[in-house]
This record gives sequence, structure tokens and C-alpha cells, in this order.
Amino acid sequence: MSHDVFKADSKLPDRLLVALREQGYTTIGPTARDGAIVLDEIHASADLPVGLREDQEAGHYRLQARRDEAVFGHTVGPQSWKRYLFPPNHRLWAAKRSGGSFEIKPQHEADHRLAFIGVRPCELAALEIQDRVFFGEEHVDPHYAALRTRAFIVTVNCAEAAPTCFCGSMGTGPRAEDGYDLALTEILGRGRHEFLVEVGSERGATLLEALELKPAGKDALEAARKKAAELAGSMTRRVETDGLAEALMANLEHPHWAKTAERCLACANCTMVCPTCFCSTVEDVADLSGDHDERWRRWDSCFNSQHSYVHGGNMRPTIRSRYRQWLTHKFAGWIDQFGTSGCVGCGRCITWCPAAIDLTEELAALRGAVTT
Amino acid sequence: MTLTTKAETLRPVPYVLRDKWQETADTWSMALEPAEAWLQADRGEPGQFNMLWAFGVGESAISISGPTHGTGPLVHTIRACGNVTRKLCAMKAGEVVGLRGPYGKPWPIESLKGRDLIIMAGGIGLAPLRPVVYHILANREDFGRVSLLYGARRPEDILFANELSGWRGRMELDVLITVDAADSSWFGNVGTVTRLVRRNPFEVDGAAALVCGPEIMMQYSAQTLLDAGMNQDSIWVSMERNMKCGVGLCGHCQVGPEFVCKTGPVYPLERIANLLATREM
Repeated sequence: MSHDVFKADSKLPDRLLVALREQGYTTIGPTARDGAIVLDEIHASADLPVGLREDQEAGHYRLQARRDEAVFGHTVGPQSWKRYLFPPNHRLWAAKRSGGSFEIKPQHEADHRLAFIGVRPCELAALEIQDRVFFGEEHVDPHYAALRTRAFIVTVNCAEAAPTCFCGSMGTGPRAEDGYDLALTEILGRGRHEFLVEVGSERGATLLEALELKPAGKDALEAARKKAAELAGSMTRRVETDGLAEALMANLEHPHWAKTAERCLACANCTMVCPTCFCSTVEDVADLSGDHDERWRRWDSCFNSQHSYVHGGNMRPTIRSRYRQWLTHKFAGWIDQFGTSGCVGCGRCITWCPAAIDLTEELAALRGAVTT
Repeated sequence: MTLTTKAETLRPVPYVLRDKWQETADTWSMALEPAEAWLQADRGEPGQFNMLWAFGVGESAISISGPTHGTGPLVHTIRACGNVTRKLCAMKAGEVVGLRGPYGKPWPIESLKGRDLIIMAGGIGLAPLRPVVYHILANREDFGRVSLLYGARRPEDILFANELSGWRGRMELDVLITVDAADSSWFGNVGTVTRLVRRNPFEVDGAAALVCGPEIMMQYSAQTLLDAGMNQDSIWVSMERNMKCGVGLCGHCQVGPEFVCKTGPVYPLERIANLLATREM
């Protein structure tokens, strides 16, 4: 597939939204609400976080006004796209008693089509990681598969990084080269407000035809790539991934785990905001008659004390062991299980940790000299 | 039509509780048959488990404890210790339970033909090993000397006690039993199951061991077998973890890189030894 690149003016987001909605897509994108940038259905560019940026640091998040009218001038808020493909609460089936036995009615699978507008390159990487989980060898999650295969992905490459971002060292950003239908790069400055539009699929090309955009020169793409490389290099937070999995598994008794555990509240925030964490539990919800039962799947977290409960007790009774489970799974176990790290460097777990625990610092400390 | 209770749907199918009997104060066995003739059950292999569902309460992962060959009902042995298992154990013959499975990797019985076997079980850990014994008894000439070493907490906690006596009586396998704490009625061994290894000298060469019980019991049992001269690649253990999905999706059963429901519960010791030796994994 040829890598077609177009130029567009500031009306592009609105025109894209109209075109996608005309094709029957429900358009989901970032929008400012309750002091944060969240994901929700958006109808027009006015719903986007116009002229806003995020001030992010470990345990800190505030919205701030920008000096320009950028619509994608933020990075990542607390929510990720996983909530649409792998909903926090999802009914798997409903059962009713019938003649001494029972009948199970499978959940009617979603038949709507979602368009994700403003998927950051790190989030695109997260979707590809979750694909490996939910399109499993033995089990394909029907809800995830139905929505994911139909989803239209509009990636927005990053022009700025939050201080919490470390996609540069995870190899997941700040620019996406494939995996999207369309990729936008927002260009602002000296009165300009333009978009570079890259086509990543037939679906994307078809949608763009109606918009009759002008092709962009080759130098525009080169400039975008150069800026992205500079941005990647400018990120102050980073994770040294070489030999990391082996180092973690060799340091399961490192004294630093206990130090982190003194700070960690086991609140599970990091796992809730993580775009790749996939743990879930199931709950049977019966009505008062006792004749109807529904099986609900809900997000769960390895930080919850019940997560590893077996009769007689919890396999991981201490916060130390739960934090170790999370971090070693993310950076080591994941590679054995799915052939990829579970981290994309979005930095959400750093921002949303109420104790300001920064996994880039933790990982560096755990690779430290002390080995017991 | 074949029963599709496995990974594709995660939806249980109805099984009738044909018979139920009490094994110990808190443990029952249940004989299950498909509720409808068209359901051709996958009987599973020794060491595999099913997710059993009590309507309106929830599911629990339960090992197959009956014979996996033949055509009789599917037998599971359940200790009543949580909401689901208490409900399952309280059900009456004729009632319907939900079942999906079988899941997990079985004991590698086929690959153990011709070898001497040491089967070590602690407590309810005997249940997932009983299908191995049934398989051996049905194919006795395929195996060398077979020793079953079993440890229970107290004499009254001994699982399948009558059957154990019967097996011992048939002289087809050595059956050694020990209890942690005895009363005046007990004339047998007292102490941990690892002591039975020394009481039951065996030829190390060519022997294989299958171990199932509490993690600490498996760890010490494995160590005792290694000390006796066995190699890690001749020892298998069966891990227990919280399980919700059975297909490596929900994340609950993880130990290091393993999804116990999918890559286990039965593991060669060499694959799991480091994780088993690390506390709180």
C-alpha cells in the first residue's frame, strides 16, 4: 500500500467527523471534562480539547490553556481506548432456569462501528498489544474482536511530550508509521494551523477521497519524521529495555521491592489507567427470584487482595509481592506470554499514582547493583 | 454434535448431578452426566479440570477426580470452603450444575510408560491424582513399580480412605499414608509426607514422580525427591491458583510468565522450580 500523504487546513477534524458519521461510525475522541481530558463521543471539532494542554508529573495532572488553538495539543488523559473494546463492565451472558435445567443466552455482540479519533502512537501500540491478548490462540474475545476489526483508527502523532512520557525509549512513539487508517500531524505556528494526513489503509484512502485533499510534498513527511525523532530524543524519562526482563527476574528478592511497597497504596490506579492491563474478574448477578443469572466481567487488578485468592488465603498477601507481580508481568512475563513488552511508555501510571511512584525510577533502582 | 464447552464460548452447559457422596467432614464427590443426550462430553485427561457453575452463585475450578476412560459419569471431588463450593456440595441428586472444560495440561501419563512412578499427594491434592491411579490400574502392565505416598492432616481427613485400603489390598501399588496429627485410633505413620520417601526406598533410575498438594508440601516433596537422587525433569507438580476464565485471559492464575490454567496446572518441575521457590509469586 502506498504511503500517500496529504495536506489539510484546520477544518479537517470537522470534515473527518462528518465523513465518518455519514458512513455510520460512532466517533469517539478526546474531550475536556471535570478537569481532565477524557474519551467520549464527539460530534464536532468544538468537542475536542481546543486550546488545552495537560500539565503532568508524577502524581500530578492539571489542564492548562495553550497559547494557540491546537485541537490535539494534549498527550494522554486518564482513560485509554481499551474501555471501548474491553469495557470495564461487560455482560458475557444471561441465564434462566428452565425445566429443572438452565438456558444460557449469549450476549448479543455489538454490531456498531466505532471510529477512534486522536489515538496517540503509544496508544496504537497498546491496541496492538491488547490484540495479542484478546485474539488468543485458544480464545478470541467476541466483543473485542467485533469492535476492533471494524474500528476506524485516526492516529494523531505527537508534537509535544508530557514530562511523564517515555515512548521514545519503548519504541512506541511519538510517531506512528503503520497500524492506523489515517494518521494526522497537527502543525501550528506563525498563523498556520494545518494537518498532514497520512493514509494507512484502503479504508482510510476511501474516506479521504471525498475530502479531495491536496497531496503534500515529500519534504513535509521528512520534516514530520525529523521533528518526531527530535521529540523522542528530548524525553527525559526513559526505560532501559535491553536485558530488562532478565534483570527483573534475577532480582525478585531485591530490597528495593520492599522500599516501593512502603509507598504503594495498592489502590490499583496504575492498572486502571494502563492501556494494556487486561485482568478481569467475573461476577454472577442473580435476581431475587433466583431464576435469572447474569455473568458480568469487570476490570480487576493484581493489586486487589482478592486477585490471587485461593482457599485458605491470598497468594500475594503483601503489597511488595503485588507491586512485584505488576512490574515483572509488565516488563518480563508479558514478553514470554505475548512476545511483547506490556508497556508502551504512555506514562499514565506515573501521573495517576497518588503516591507519585514512577516506574522508570523503580526499574532503574531494581537494576541497581544490589542482588540478594 | 460435539459439546463445545471449551474456549470458544466460555458458557457452561448443563450437567445433571446423578450421585453425590461425602468423603470427609467438608469434602464431597459428585458424579455428573450431560443433561442432554446430544452433549457428548469431553471426559478430559488425568490432571485437567472443569469450571463447575452453581446457578446464581458462580464458578469454581475443580479437578476431575474420577476415571477419564470408560463411559461412566464424570466425577469431581470438592471441598466446601467458599460460596461456590459450599453451594455445589449442598446440591442434591437430580439438580443441574453448569460445566465448561476440560481445561489445562494433564499429567504426562503416556510418556511415563514403562517407568516406576512415585505419586505424592497432600490433602485434597489426592483428587487430581486419583485419575492417574485409575489409569494405571486399568493399564497396569504399562508401568513399573508404583508407589502412592499420601499425607493428610488428621486420620479423619484422609480422602478416599476405603479406596486407599482397597488399592493396598490389591497389591498392585504400594500405598503409604501419614498424618500430621494423630489420635489414639491411629496406628499408622505420623509426620510429613516427605518422610514416606525414606520409608519407601525406590530405584531412582528411570523413576518419575507426580506431586500435588499445598505449595509448601510440593516444594519440600520435590526437594526430598531431588535429594534422593531424582532429576528435575522426572518430577511433575500441579499448581493451584485462583481461576476465573480457564483460558489464560483473566490474569488471575499467573505465576511469573505462566498462566496456570493454560500452561499448567501440571508442570515439569524444571519449568516451575524457581517460581515455586520464590515466596508470594
